[in-house]
Amino acid sequence: MNFTFSDEQILIRDMAERFFRDDYGLEARRRHQALPGGFCRDTWARFADMGWLALGIPEDLGGIGGGTVDMAILMEAMGGGLAVEPFLATVVLGGTLIRDGASPDIQADLLPRLAAGELHLSFAYSEAQSRYDLNDMRTRAKADGGGFVLDGVKTVAFHAGTADKIAVTARTSGGERDDGGITLFLVDADAPGLTVTDYPTVDGLRAGDVALDGVRVDAEAVLGAVDGGLALAETAIDRAAALVSAEAAGLMAALTRDTVAFLKERKQFGRPLGDFQALQHRATEMYMDTELTRSLAYMAAVRQDGDDRAAARRAASQAKAKAGQAGRLIGQEAVQLHGGMGVTDEMPVGHYFKRLTLIDHSFGDRAHHLDRLADMA
Amino acid sequence: MDLNLTAEERAFQDHVRGFLRGNIPPAIKRKVDLGLKLVKDDYVVWQRILHGQGWIAPGWPKEYGGPGWSPVQRFLYEEELAAASSPRLITFGLKMLGPVLIEFGTEAQKTRFLPRILSSEDWWCQGFSEPGAGSDLASLTTRAERDGDHYVVNGQKTWTTLAQYADWIFCLVRTSTEGKKQQGISFLLIDMKTPGVTVRPIKTLDGGQEINDVFLENVKVPAENLVGKENDGWTIAKFLLSHERFGIAGVARSKKQMERVRDIAAKEMKRGRPLIEDARFRERMAEVEIELTALEMTELRLLSEEAAGRKPGPEASILKLKGTQVQQGITELLLEAVGNRAHAFDPGILDDEWPGAGNDGPPVAEHVATVASHYFNWRKASIYGGSNEIQRSIIAKAILGL
Repeated sequence: MNFTFSDEQILIRDMAERFFRDDYGLEARRRHQALPGGFCRDTWARFADMGWLALGIPEDLGGIGGGTVDMAILMEAMGGGLAVEPFLATVVLGGTLIRDGASPDIQADLLPRLAAGELHLSFAYSEAQSRYDLNDMRTRAKADGGGFVLDGVKTVAFHAGTADKIAVTARTSGGERDDGGITLFLVDADAPGLTVTDYPTVDGLRAGDVALDGVRVDAEAVLGAVDGGLALAETAIDRAAALVSAEAAGLMAALTRDTVAFLKERKQFGRPLGDFQALQHRATEMYMDTELTRSLAYMAAVRQDGDDRAAARRAASQAKAKAGQAGRLIGQEAVQLHGGMGVTDEMPVGHYFKRLTLIDHSFGDRAHHLDRLADMA
Repeated sequence: MDLNLTAEERAFQDHVRGFLRGNIPPAIKRKVDLGLKLVKDDYVVWQRILHGQGWIAPGWPKEYGGPGWSPVQRFLYEEELAAASSPRLITFGLKMLGPVLIEFGTEAQKTRFLPRILSSEDWWCQGFSEPGAGSDLASLTTRAERDGDHYVVNGQKTWTTLAQYADWIFCLVRTSTEGKKQQGISFLLIDMKTPGVTVRPIKTLDGGQEINDVFLENVKVPAENLVGKENDGWTIAKFLLSHERFGIAGVARSKKQMERVRDIAAKEMKRGRPLIEDARFRERMAEVEIELTALEMTELRLLSEEAAGRKPGPEASILKLKGTQVQQGITELLLEAVGNRAHAFDPGILDDEWPGAGNDGPPVAEHVATVASHYFNWRKASIYGGSNEIQRSIIAKAILGL
């Protein structure tokens, strides 16, 4: 048992932190957001060059191996760096679904392209009524000849507007909230009948609603088994929940760092704000909750790669629930302690706060994960 | 990063678990499980069993009688101790004075005191706080004046835990009023049998008696009982308070207490069903368990850094602060779990044995009897050992640079 990073992991961390410190920043972020699709393709190519897109993909398929912990290290740095590139949608969600659900032929086709930065993916699983439940589903897929026909509307699929392929969950049998009867399909974004309504998100990323109107797919589009899609989706969402918890820890660390720096620099009543004990103790709470969230995020990352599914599920929920509570506390306190500067668009603090807040509304908020933990044995 | 135990670690765990569970005296185990009062003999008997194994001081270097365990082994040992319903090992000699003597003591002091700490022949207590020096410890006024080969000590120590059992007390005393107040403090070892030492019990809100005032009136202390240099006691005090990270968070005991929450919630009823099935209560448990797991993982992170050679730093304050918050959160869960059964007070729980022969208190179920008094008693945790406010100030200053 140990909680230390390997030499390779330290390398990944140092490289990522250096990249976001020297070559990214708030101004770059603003430029990237204004580009078509809401992110920078050149930067994406650099992600590929640095091997980030190949993480988690086996070496014989163009990847560099590695696991969820390696990805968590990157996600933590991306949180602090406020990255807008679609790593979460393409590599985390899309990559996990293809790893777990695609046939060897399709893996051999797609994964090298993903690693090279040439393939973008999205995962469309939620619906207007589903909230955070993966099984609450009205989108239907009817068997038709050798293939299926999909009808329904999926909501808030991250970076669906720039995806080449979209993973879609649809009901092949059963009632609206049954666990069984859900199937995962990998659908070409330009398939006839598929329309993406693309929009910016409140935290500066992109998402889209995906309308499926008689979209025809063949049997090869099925990821995993027919009617067996829920477990695949759940594994991918748990992994994403663990990884956005690491991203959240990176955001919290950045907010705490900036807030402490502001308290040291800003003077009122003839002395730095940081001299006031009431403010010192609030900064301390921010620091502590950052560290506690980070601890749980890495535990959750480790557990996602273990054999024990129950432990993985539980760890993801614990980390995500903690990130929700700590994110709210740290985001609100950072804004408050920055005073008027905290509510401006100019300072990074507001952008960190928004991303952190919207992370709580991704892959299950605190209430959802507390419900889930309470339901577990 | 690997949260699984290696084969050797698992073998170690099995070995320790087997011994502890097989050798804990049932009467002591029962008291610990039910949160009943432990007396001196309970502690000493159990500590001597551990000493017989060479396991009483896992943090000490091997040359002084420690077992030479790795941080992970020590972590597992703490866990198994709690799981076996071990009483808390009395920390004053084992985790406070022992490391201080090993770091600052003379050879004569080490030879004289360390073996008697290991064997539980000497029971130590801690003389730091005074009526006028709590969080502002450095303003202490107990005077030690040099008189030939002795010091003469006058003053009062307070909140002294289990001083009624103690053979010795280690004290912070003022040997100088020159310069900054931190600079005139010395670290002195005092035999409790010396004329002029008086112990007066302080009754606590749960009805118990574990803390005391200790009065020192013209107490003659041989100069050889000075630890470190005269006026260098503040350095030693800081070392003592930050040296020991292991167990400070109380993770293993909190995990054991969460089991108790589950046991009680399985016995108590709500709306015709066991409370343990109530969704709201389960969410409350989940919230506390999230914090407990976060604390455990943070402790593991710090231990991993320590194993890699990093010196213990002010991060220990996180463990103390969060650890006590979690412990107190669990006492609240326990109290919530027993519902209105929390009302009945059986004074017999304050006796050495419960239920005693002459017990005529109200009929209180075994699993309920100590829950409320435990909640009240445990408010102390965020006050002792540097209050949580002091811990926050340490973090603000030493980590955040405010």
